[in-house]
Amino acid sequence: MITDLNIPALDVAGLECGYDDKVLLRDLNFQVKRGEIFFIIGASGCGKSTLLRHLIGLRAPTAGTVKFYGECFNGAPADRQREMLKRIGVLYQGGALWSSLSLLENVMLPLEEYTPLDAAERAELACMKLAQVGLAGYDSYFPAEISGGMKKRAGLARALALDPSIVFFDEPSAGLDPLTSRKLDELIVNLRDLLGMTCVVVSHELASIFSIADRVVMLDKQTQGIIAEGDPRVLVKAGADVRVREFLGRGDDAKVAAIQNQPSP
Amino acid sequence: MPEPTVTTPETRVLLHSKDEELLVELQGDWRITETRPSWVALLAGSAPKRVKFVWGALGEWDSALLLFVFEVRQWCRVKGVYCDLSCMPEAMQKLLGQLVVVNETRMTVDRSKDFVTVVGLAAQDVWAKTQEIATFVGECVISAGNLLKLPRKFRWRDCLEEMQRCGAMALPIVSLISLLTGLIMAYQSAILMRQFGADIYVADAVGLVMVREMGAMMTAIILAGRTGAAFAATLGNMKAGEEIDALTTLGIRPVDFLVMPRILALAVMMPLLALYANGLGILGGMAVSLGVLHIPPAAYWIETQTAIDLSDVATGLIKASAFGVLVGLAGCHSGLRAERSAAGVGNAATSAVVMGLLLIIVFDALFAVIFSIFGL
Repeated sequence: MITDLNIPALDVAGLECGYDDKVLLRDLNFQVKRGEIFFIIGASGCGKSTLLRHLIGLRAPTAGTVKFYGECFNGAPADRQREMLKRIGVLYQGGALWSSLSLLENVMLPLEEYTPLDAAERAELACMKLAQVGLAGYDSYFPAEISGGMKKRAGLARALALDPSIVFFDEPSAGLDPLTSRKLDELIVNLRDLLGMTCVVVSHELASIFSIADRVVMLDKQTQGIIAEGDPRVLVKAGADVRVREFLGRGDDAKVAAIQNQPSP
Repeated sequence: MPEPTVTTPETRVLLHSKDEELLVELQGDWRITETRPSWVALLAGSAPKRVKFVWGALGEWDSALLLFVFEVRQWCRVKGVYCDLSCMPEAMQKLLGQLVVVNETRMTVDRSKDFVTVVGLAAQDVWAKTQEIATFVGECVISAGNLLKLPRKFRWRDCLEEMQRCGAMALPIVSLISLLTGLIMAYQSAILMRQFGADIYVADAVGLVMVREMGAMMTAIILAGRTGAAFAATLGNMKAGEEIDALTTLGIRPVDFLVMPRILALAVMMPLLALYANGLGILGGMAVSLGVLHIPPAAYWIETQTAIDLSDVATGLIKASAFGVLVGLAGCHSGLRAERSAAGVGNAATSAVVMGLLLIIVFDALFAVIFSIFGL
């Protein structure tokens, strides 16, 4: 459909985010390539989640543009925005499953709203999405009956229901144990490889950043903007800003040393 | 993602017949949100012996293409036609495999329960709830004992705050409703009394019913909706936020700390509000009598005084106090056993109101019986 492969999947230019009169982030500029796993990182309170809310249209930016595949999203008329939203998937922090619907119905709802498929095909497709995230056989469960990790998987299945070209993840590792979190990371990579979607992840989980991020931007509260952009494995030892090296190199010294001694890709 | 910047190739399937083999060339963009071509319609009655897919000039494709290929594959299986999928790229092969697995192994787990099980579970539930309520009431009695033993340790500040909230702040709504109740009763009793020329007895009717019954009852109903629900929501929210657990691990009984101040506040404020409601109800009756029946207020007041004595007022206030305790118990109990979720808090508020109203009516009937036995 889009022939020019050089147009970035997500193009943020001069974006200013904030609530009411308070500006949290100003003059943000970054681009996300197709099929990339792109992380937005930073310390708690630096405005990562706020930025995400601005990117997916939950809040209107005070200045600047958000472009999906070259088309401006935040300035588009409402019906065009709705059209564009069909091609975006969002995995919210707690999965945000609708508690009155079973997992299957949760995944089927976007299909029901936006596709011409009949009921049997919808169910089959939704089942397949659940199987893809490792929840085969859980169709009839309700969100209250499953664990936090499973809720996120189910949320991911729902985010993928309409085969979006960009999927946004809000803190996918939040509240998960390291092993479950790693499995979710692997799932994200596998699904990206299989379906080719672009992933934009908001996270501060170092393990995820180093294992799956292709590129990151780091936000900072004082600067109110981006203080680093690039491959985290390079930034951790060669980042220009000491805050970046400190953040990425936090914690286990031996592990950091190991990372820093690796030849950068 | 958005509409293409270049012209969209349409979703297209080109069929080329070669001998008995049918070449199915896939082209264009395939979006799940668009209608995809139907295989049966494309065939238009022809019956190929072999079907071979050709990966043509495809643009963006997603599950729509997957479902189409799957549809063809299923058709071929049913008709016993060979289906050549060798041209498919790896991702498509993989997705197709997943869909086949889902299609073949999918069985909806029947998690419904039979009638006997449902009845049994419901009975167990009723029993468990009864026990819960009994335990809760027992705990409240123990807390009341603690309050009497160590009044210093009681949360008087909380109690006063609750009194302000459930008493003083409820005055406007109580005023309006009791005034209107008196007014309505005066109109209704006037219909009957006028037939006998006994207009003045409207004062007796309004006064007695208001003081003995409606004052306490209307106040209790208002507070069940207003305060009982608020108690349940507050405590339910505190439970969801693990505040109740934090109290328990500190060795502080939540009932002492949270429930007693609220119940005491209601038990004290409810009779006061009921007394106030009585007065306003009588005032409402007086207004109707003056306006419609032309009875002077002084006459009305003297007639009211002859009709009501202190024991009537006392029965009303005793009931009001009891209703206060009941509404408080219902609200706090629902709040404390709320599920830890937003929906749980909502359910707790609902059940607090329902349980409060139920208890009010049941106990009102009980009081009617008891008071008639004692001749009050």
